[in-house]
Amino acid sequence: MELWFTEQHTKNVRFSMKVDRQLYSAQSEFQRIDIFDSLEFGRVLTLDGYVMLTEKDEFIYHEMIVHVPMCAHPDARKILVIGGGDGGTVRELVRYAAVERIDLVEIDEQVVAACKEYLPQTAGKLNDPRVHAFYEDGLKFIRHQENEYDLILVDSTDPFGPGEGLFTREFYGNCFRALKADGIMVNQHESPFYKEDAYAMQRAHKRIVESFPLARVYQAHIPTYPSGHWLFGFASKQYHPVHNVDFSRWEKLGLRTQYYNTKLHAAAFALPTYVEEMLRDVE
Amino acid sequence: MKDYSQNQAPLLEALEKMKMRRIVPFDVPGHKRGRGNPELTEFLGEKCLSVDVNSMKMLDNLCHPVSVIRDAEKLAADAFGVPQAFFMTGGTTSAVQAMVLTACKRGEKIILPRNVHRSVINAMILCGAVPVYVNPEMDKRLGISLGMRVSAVAQAIKENPDAKAIFVNNPTYYGICSNVRAIAELAHEHGMLLLADEAHGTHFYFHDQLPEAAMRAGADMAALSMHKSGGSLTQSSLLLLGPRVSEGYVRQIINLTQSTSSSYLLLVSLDISRRNLALHGKETFDKVIGLVEYARNEINAIGDYYAYSRELVNGDSIFDFDVTKLSIFTRSIGLAGIEVYDLLRDEYDIQAELGDIANLLAYVSVGDRPKDMERLVAALSEIRRNYSKDRSGMLEAEYINPQVICGPQQAFYAPKVSLPLAATVGRVCSEFVMCYPPGIPILAPGEQITTEILEYIRYAKEKGCSMTGPEDMEIERLNVMEGTL
Repeated sequence: MELWFTEQHTKNVRFSMKVDRQLYSAQSEFQRIDIFDSLEFGRVLTLDGYVMLTEKDEFIYHEMIVHVPMCAHPDARKILVIGGGDGGTVRELVRYAAVERIDLVEIDEQVVAACKEYLPQTAGKLNDPRVHAFYEDGLKFIRHQENEYDLILVDSTDPFGPGEGLFTREFYGNCFRALKADGIMVNQHESPFYKEDAYAMQRAHKRIVESFPLARVYQAHIPTYPSGHWLFGFASKQYHPVHNVDFSRWEKLGLRTQYYNTKLHAAAFALPTYVEEMLRDVE
Repeated sequence: MKDYSQNQAPLLEALEKMKMRRIVPFDVPGHKRGRGNPELTEFLGEKCLSVDVNSMKMLDNLCHPVSVIRDAEKLAADAFGVPQAFFMTGGTTSAVQAMVLTACKRGEKIILPRNVHRSVINAMILCGAVPVYVNPEMDKRLGISLGMRVSAVAQAIKENPDAKAIFVNNPTYYGICSNVRAIAELAHEHGMLLLADEAHGTHFYFHDQLPEAAMRAGADMAALSMHKSGGSLTQSSLLLLGPRVSEGYVRQIINLTQSTSSSYLLLVSLDISRRNLALHGKETFDKVIGLVEYARNEINAIGDYYAYSRELVNGDSIFDFDVTKLSIFTRSIGLAGIEVYDLLRDEYDIQAELGDIANLLAYVSVGDRPKDMERLVAALSEIRRNYSKDRSGMLEAEYINPQVICGPQQAFYAPKVSLPLAATVGRVCSEFVMCYPPGIPILAPGEQITTEILEYIRYAKEKGCSMTGPEDMEIERLNVMEGTL
């Protein structure tokens, strides 16, 4: 038997992986949720047919969305995660003893329930006592917060479907307001490579630049995402992502990571020329 | 007529049958089911082009309906609870025009509020009817004109017992309703017809928590934009008739100006939308009311903004309020409605329905989702945080009582001269000036120009309202009637 999962990376490009068996499939109020075991990438979570994570490469995404801002911010204690129902981002955050509270705002409770059952690798720390889950629209939640958080991590799906509202100027503006005076927002920033992703990436950057005094972009290499070349946005009220960062402070914490390290942290902000140009076009 | 139920859609069924028969078209349109225009077909879709067809026996003819169009119109009449309904493909403008042309001939009077849509006064230019304006009350704070007070209508009737008809908005663009039932009774007591512009009121016929539908309140004719709350394609509308008006005469009037090749895309969209309203209208508008109520509460919680609702009702000039309208007073954040409208579009990728000098209107329908409402609320909250200004120096709109010197037709066709705006004070305007939307004239042909009016035009232009009407598209000059008064 040959069972293959295929994601359409563009109208003309497909990405397929051989599936061993499907474990879960449901249509929630917001999206279709599927979980299956693949031969190459281990367990896989897809939403509306798009790969959100695989056991084999999720560490890259989750380490990069968490440790970069946690290293750049000297004292992040109160953190908001928007999206991230798979728990991977929370898993990395709870490794920091100094973190006092994590608010997780996920629109789709069913994603969390499915991940808790089938993806303990990422969802295993969602029951940490510091984690408070809210199942509601991120845009609605953030509107009622002011000067609350040190860090906001926008761990969203793509800018179409349920994650749409998280790529808008009103959302970024509300995040700015919800952050403390030295707060940082990091967001899943799409890819610069294929045309449609690149357009979404540019728009997101434009909207963030309009909302924050400092907006930079950093990259990571994520094999199962379209083109494999993925970006994160780093928007900050005060701290630069690299200059004056006390890297030794982070190193002293002694956290073991597989992808992230402090040298890579600084290097991730060095972008290919064509990406720099795309960003400059909208700044 | 065959025995139909509201579950059916005769025109849709006839088009489906026509497609199955694979008829070889040696008639217009020349694109021949799209094959002759591949680029258009690629853009609109083969399904769409394949039913862009001409009248033929199996599809009936809108100018003289005897089969499926007649049946579809009958089903629409039943769904709206009236004796007769006409499918209109020239927009609600054509339905409004048909009402005025049916009711009035040259020189005959029609009693109406000044805040009518331009199509009403346009119809008077065509037929030569003469307006008798009733002052619609003005809410000074919100800067919007309201409905007609019943006593003001009675006074106008007393002064003009020879008028042929009374015209009401049900509701206004902003959701304000007059006491249509009382006004209809007055009209009928004096042998006048009651005509209703229900461009913004299609949904009234399908939900009991909304203002009373005009035809139920006794109107003789009503023009409905099915393409607004009814969900049909842009430019498709309905004209409803009561028992006092001759169906045959109205059809003759409609055929004076209606295309003889009406679009079947528009017609079938009316048929499908009627079915949907008849079967699911109540739950559809339950949902819309819920979305709007949610947004209204959230917007009012932001602070300064005022999203108004039924609390405005005063039993007369605001007899009722359409709660599906999300009208928001913005002057309280120091911005004109049109400024918020522009910011929403340019900075937040949100297109609102209209902004005037003090209000914003967001049009909410069955197509909206809760997450879209969140975006609107969040964007309004951000606009207040980032752009609010000092409120001083903002113009308060006041009702400018029009000085009607002659009828619109006489003024429009009279010998005229073009003058720079500032030189027009005291002259009689021979054209329209309006912000569009809402399309309510600031000046209509036959009205005297005053400094007050010019000040309003200047302010609206400065705030970025899209001004239309005059021959001079820049609105630096106006056409006025030759000679001074």
